[in-house]
Amino acid sequence: MSDFWSGYIIALVAINVVGCCLLLYITSKPDKKLSKETTGHVWDEDLTELNNPLPRWWLILFYLTILFSFLYLILYPGLGHFKGLLSWSQEDAYQHEQEQLSAAHTAQYEAYLAIKVPQLAQNETAMKTAQRLFLNHCAGCHGSDAKGALGFPDLTDNDWLYGGTPEAIKISITQGRRGIMPALGGVLKEEGVEQVIAYLKDLSGQGGSDKNRIVMGKALFMQYCSACHGANASGNLMLGAPNLTDDIWLYGSTKQALTDTLNQGRAGVMLAYEDLLSGAKIHLLTAYVYALSNSVEVTHGKTH
Amino acid sequence: MKALQYNDKVVAQFAVMALVWGIVGMAVGVLLAAQLAWPGLNFDVPWLTFSRLRPLHTNAVIFAFGGCVLFATSYYIVQRTCKAPLAFGPLASFTFWGWQLVILLAAITLPLGITQSKEYAELEWPIDLLIALVWVSYGVVFFGTIVRRKINHIFVANWFFAAFIITVAVLHIVNNLAIPVSLTKSYIVYAGTVDAMLQWWYGHNAVGFFLTAGFLGMMYYFVPKQAQRPIYSYRLSIVHFWALISIYMWAGPHHLHYTAMPDWVQSLGMVFSLMLLAPSWGGMINGIMTLSGAWEKLRSDPILKFMIVSLSFYGMSTFEGPMMAIKTVNALSHYTDWTIGHVHSGALGWVAFISIGCLYALLPKVLNKPKLYSLQLVDLHFWVSTLGIVLYITSMWIAGVTQGLMWRAVHDDGTLVYSFVESLKATYPYYVIRFGGGLLFLVGMLIMAYNLLMTVFSDEKTDLAVASKIS
Repeated sequence: MSDFWSGYIIALVAINVVGCCLLLYITSKPDKKLSKETTGHVWDEDLTELNNPLPRWWLILFYLTILFSFLYLILYPGLGHFKGLLSWSQEDAYQHEQEQLSAAHTAQYEAYLAIKVPQLAQNETAMKTAQRLFLNHCAGCHGSDAKGALGFPDLTDNDWLYGGTPEAIKISITQGRRGIMPALGGVLKEEGVEQVIAYLKDLSGQGGSDKNRIVMGKALFMQYCSACHGANASGNLMLGAPNLTDDIWLYGSTKQALTDTLNQGRAGVMLAYEDLLSGAKIHLLTAYVYALSNSVEVTHGKTH
Repeated sequence: MKALQYNDKVVAQFAVMALVWGIVGMAVGVLLAAQLAWPGLNFDVPWLTFSRLRPLHTNAVIFAFGGCVLFATSYYIVQRTCKAPLAFGPLASFTFWGWQLVILLAAITLPLGITQSKEYAELEWPIDLLIALVWVSYGVVFFGTIVRRKINHIFVANWFFAAFIITVAVLHIVNNLAIPVSLTKSYIVYAGTVDAMLQWWYGHNAVGFFLTAGFLGMMYYFVPKQAQRPIYSYRLSIVHFWALISIYMWAGPHHLHYTAMPDWVQSLGMVFSLMLLAPSWGGMINGIMTLSGAWEKLRSDPILKFMIVSLSFYGMSTFEGPMMAIKTVNALSHYTDWTIGHVHSGALGWVAFISIGCLYALLPKVLNKPKLYSLQLVDLHFWVSTLGIVLYITSMWIAGVTQGLMWRAVHDDGTLVYSFVESLKATYPYYVIRFGGGLLFLVGMLIMAYNLLMTVFSDEKTDLAVASKIS
C-alpha cells in the first residue's frame, strides 16, 4: 500500500471517528433550553418531539466503544500500513499455532513411522487417530464408511485400481493418482459402443446379450481397449485401468453409464497429500486403508 | 383548512403486495427449512433445489416484502409529514409496476438458475438496470415531495428514508457493475479480494440502509402515532442518525474475518462494527422511551405490541451483531447457523415485526376502512409469531454454537475430533425446531391476511371490530 492510500485510509477513519466524538461532545453539553416541552415542530396534526438529553449511560457506552477502537487500532493493524504495536498478523498467528501443534505431536507421530504398516494396522490407538484423519481428509470423497461413491472407489472391497500393498497405497495418498479413460465414441460409433457393452456385460457375468454382438464387441475390445485393460480385461494396476471382469463398476454398470464412459471417457483424480499431511500421518492413513480390506487382528490395550 | 388529497392509491397497492410477497417469501423460507431437515423435499427437481430457492427466499423477503413495505410507508409518511401529495403521480405508479415486474422477473430467473452469484445481488444485469430505473424514479418522487413540503422542518422519518434511498442507489449501482455477454449472463467487473470486499460493503449496507435506516423511518412515524405520544428526544435522533449512517459504511469486512482480506480491513470492519452498537441503540431508546408514560397501552393495543417487541429485537440483534464482529467471537460463530439465527432475529423480530405493526396501522386508513376486522386476531398473530421467532432463533443459537465447538474440537493427538457429518447430525433436531418456528411465523402471516380480507369485505359495523387506534 502506498503512503498516499495509507494516509487516505487514516484520514477517513479519523474524520469519521473524530466527527462522531465532536457530535457527541456538542450535543451532550448541558442545555438550559432542554426541557420537558416539545421542540415546537408539529407534523400530521399531532406528531411532536420532546427534546430529552442524551441518556448518560448511552453516551458513556458510545465513548467506551470509541476508546476501545482507538486502543485496538494502536495495537493491531488497521490504520493504513501502520502494523500496530503488537505487530500481529493473521499469517503469523496461524503459523505460530501450527508450529505449536506440530511441536506437541511430532514425536508421537514419528514413533508410528518406525512401525510397519501391517503391524501399525493392529494398533488400536493409532487406528483411532487414523480414523479421525480419514474422516476429515478422505471421507469427503470416499465416504465415512470408506465405501466410496460413483466415481470414487470403495476402499473396503479389496479390489484395487493401483494396488493394495502398503507401498502402493502410500504412493496413491502421497502423490495422488490420475485415472484417464479416453473418449472412444468417435472411433467406436454408436453400434460399436453397443457391441463393446455387450461384450463387457458378458465378461462380468451379466449375460442376456446377443451372441453376434458379443463376438463383434470382443473384436473391438481387442483393438481399442486391451492395451490398457489387458487382453483378458482383468485390468492393469500400473495404469489404474480397472478389472472389467469382476462386476465392480467405478462409474456405474447401467447401459447409460457404460455408454457415457465409452463415448465421453472418464477422468478420475485422487489428490496428492504430500504437501497437506506429514509423512507420519500418511503412514497412519496407509495403515488405516490397508486394514479396511485386510483382515487385521486389532490388539486392544495400550501401545505406548 | 382545505382538505388535502393524498395519493394513497399507490400506498395501498404497495401495502397489499407487501403482504402477498411476505407470505410467498416466507412460504419459500419454510420449504427451505424443511429441505434442510428432510433433503428429499427437493424431489430431485432442479428448480426446487436449495441452491436456487435460497436466493428466491432472500430476494422475496428483503426486496419484495421489505421493499414494498418501505415504498408503502415512505409514500404514506412523506405526504403526511410534508403536508403535500406525492410529487409526480404517474412516476409513483411506475415505481409500483416497475417494482412488481422486478419481483416477477426474480421469481422466474432465480429458480431457472440465472444468477450473478453475488449474495443479495443475484439478479442479472437486465433486471439490475430495471431496479436502477425504478430506484431513481423512487428518489425523484420522494425528494420531489420533500421539496414541495408545506412544513418547514423535515420530519425525522424522512431523514432516514432519504439516507436509505440515496445509499441503496449507490450500493446497487456500484456492486452490480458488470459486463454482459448475453441477456442472461454477465461478468462482474471486480475480481478476487476486491470483489469480495465490494460485495460485503454492499451486503452489509443493504442490511444497514435497506433493512435498518428505512425501517427506523417507519418506526419514527408509526410508534409515536400509535402511542399518541411525542418522540422521546429530538437531539438523540440527530446524533444517532448521523452516527449510524456514517459508521455503518465501514462495517462490511466483518463478513470476511480470517480470509484473504488484508488484516487492516478486517480490523477496521471489527472496530466500526463495535462503534455501531451505540448509534443502533439510540434508535431503540428513542422508540421505546416514546412509550414511557403510556405503557398501559400495551395491554390493549396489539399493534403497539408488535412495534415495541420489534424495537426490543432490534436492540438485541444490534448487540449480537457487534459482538459477533469481534474476531475472537467470529472465529467460533462464522459459517455456523448462529449467523442464520442472528439474521432472523433481525429479519423476523425487527424488520418483519415493525412492518406488520405499521401495515396493521396503515392498511385500514388507505383502504378507507375505519377499523380492522379484529384486534383479537392481531393479538393472536402477535403471540403465534413471537413464539415462532423464539423457536427459530434459540434453535439456531444452539445449533450454531454446537457446530462452532464441534468444528474446532481438537483431540489430544492433534486431530479434529469430529467430522463435518457428525456436526450435521448433531444439528438435525434444531433444524426440525427451526422449521416449526418458521411455520408458526408463516401461520401468523396467514392470520393477518385473513384479518385484512375480512376488513375489506365485512360490514363495517360488525361487533367484533374495535376502532383502530390510528384512525
